[in-house]
Amino acid sequence: MEREAIIEVRGVRNQFGSQVIHDQLDLDIYRGEVLGIVGGSGTGKSVLLRTILGLNKPAAGRIGLFGKARSDMTSAEERAVERRWGVLFQDGALFSSLTVAQNIQVALKEHLHLPQYLLDEIAAVKIALVGLPVEAGPKFPSELSGGMRKRAGLARALALDPEIVFLDEPTAGLDPIGAAAFDDLIKNLQETLGLTVFMVTHDLDSLYAICNRIAVLAEKRVLVTGTIDEMTRQDHPWIKEYFHGPRGRAAVAAKTRNAVA
Amino acid sequence: MSDQATASQTWLEVSDDAASLVLRPLGDWVVSHAAVIDQLLNHLDTRGRRAVTFDLSHLGKLDTAGAWLIYRTGRTFERAGAKVTIAGATGPQATLLNAVAKGDRPVRVEPHPGNIFTNLIVRMGHALEEAGQTVLSLVGFFGLVLETLGKTLVNPRRLRVTSTVYHMEQTGLNAVPIVALITFLIGAVMAYQGGDQLKKFGAEVFTVNLVAAGFLREMGILLTAIMVAGRSGSAFTAQIGSMKLREEIDAMRTLGLDPMEVLVLPRVIALIIMVPILGFIAAMMGLMGGGLVVWLDLGMSPQMYIERLYSAADFWDGAVAFIKAPVFGLMIAMIGCYEGLKVEGSAESVGQRTTASVVESIFTVIVIDAVFSILFVNIGI
Repeated sequence: MEREAIIEVRGVRNQFGSQVIHDQLDLDIYRGEVLGIVGGSGTGKSVLLRTILGLNKPAAGRIGLFGKARSDMTSAEERAVERRWGVLFQDGALFSSLTVAQNIQVALKEHLHLPQYLLDEIAAVKIALVGLPVEAGPKFPSELSGGMRKRAGLARALALDPEIVFLDEPTAGLDPIGAAAFDDLIKNLQETLGLTVFMVTHDLDSLYAICNRIAVLAEKRVLVTGTIDEMTRQDHPWIKEYFHGPRGRAAVAAKTRNAVA
Repeated sequence: MSDQATASQTWLEVSDDAASLVLRPLGDWVVSHAAVIDQLLNHLDTRGRRAVTFDLSHLGKLDTAGAWLIYRTGRTFERAGAKVTIAGATGPQATLLNAVAKGDRPVRVEPHPGNIFTNLIVRMGHALEEAGQTVLSLVGFFGLVLETLGKTLVNPRRLRVTSTVYHMEQTGLNAVPIVALITFLIGAVMAYQGGDQLKKFGAEVFTVNLVAAGFLREMGILLTAIMVAGRSGSAFTAQIGSMKLREEIDAMRTLGLDPMEVLVLPRVIALIIMVPILGFIAAMMGLMGGGLVVWLDLGMSPQMYIERLYSAADFWDGAVAFIKAPVFGLMIAMIGCYEGLKVEGSAESVGQRTTASVVESIFTVIVIDAVFSILFVNIGI
């Protein structure tokens, strides 16, 4: 099966002052996959995310978005590309002065001329899609729990029906039940909407539950990519420690239990 | 996907016979075309249909917005009594149509607005109550500051010297250029305008008295207090407020550190010391500004100006300002810290509290200044 790479990262170098974060980093994101990015603290997972999103300009290298290099794009083309992705930041990054429903409508209002009733209906659909109750619509982010803020953030990320969503540690700070529910939600939405998902995570359960492919960041580049089974067969000491440590074994056990049940 | 293409493209093929209606969506039914498609669908006549079929076999892309439009139109037909079938949907499209059905419930976008007049009265009531509460809790906070100050005086080793000196630098030393510049200019303006008026009576020599009394007693210290309130009071609120947001204050308490002692007291002491010094600089710069104008405009030499200053101002003119200055400093620092500690919830709250802090401290400074004026007149100084 020929896989279409919708995002290609080639030879990217990121550095802050004399500290090199990435060097010669290559990564492909294929349409329809759920890609999990793992790596130790300080390996620049979030920097990679921000580089792809254009929030951080790499010192060298090329970022190809939907078949065209970012550096070759006009600003209008960049705007168009930005409408094809959605981002969920770590704590939701909801606009605190707007209600949940208004947060969802921000991008729709900015980019499209839709009548207000249709905006409200679309907000209702998105709120339902991410599993929030109707009452969440007129609430302000400060009135929501952490889990609900993440769901609201996801609803905002999905506002323009993007092809790819970027999730920055989506289950961090959630209790295990909430985290598992959020994993289910992502998997469900991915199947329903045909999304491509790029997920930075530390949560081994998430990796086992929903990721098709995993990319390991280490030694300033993407060390290996592959399925979770391939990861468990790697010899690199960090990867071994990561997937065969006590938490890794617990996640495998959970996965097997779920498979039996 | 230009706008012209959007306008001229056919989005819907309608084949209509006596009782049954077949709707055939064409092209991409996605959110960027939703407005046009929505219009088309709104023009459909929903009355008197027995059977309606959506034939999705020619549909291009479908996203949640498109699926919602199909679902909503189907529902409208159903409510009008028709039987709706959806044909030719692929697996993913069917899943999507099922998923959007869950969103068929009205969602309020904003909290309930309520009656405009009741709201007005309610808001006035809230504002009044809040103002009263603020005064009460400020008095309470004042007591707390005094208590902490007292404890520190008894046990001076508890004073955070580094922090106090740091805040003295931030609020005092770094404020010198702007305070000096502004008071110099105001002094010049006062002498110029005052001199202009006094010339009409041939009393331009009294410009010196105007500047001396004005700056030594009132303007120097008042301008300083207002600038410090805007510059340092607001900074205190924002600093403490963002620490509050990140739960740093709570962390301090759990570690057995008293935020009053660690955060509030150094700032209060810094301003109690620095406002008089800034006030002195302000008064001197104001007199210099006035002197420059008097020299250039009225031709009074600097020696002459200084001589006249001595006769125009007495000891109490200067002393009055130095009685008021520490009180102003205390009030500004206290209100700044108090508002900072009251921050809660979101970044917006930091902004609101900072505004409140500046407004309240300037207001308090001016009220206290008025009280002092009455006091000093009554005791005859």
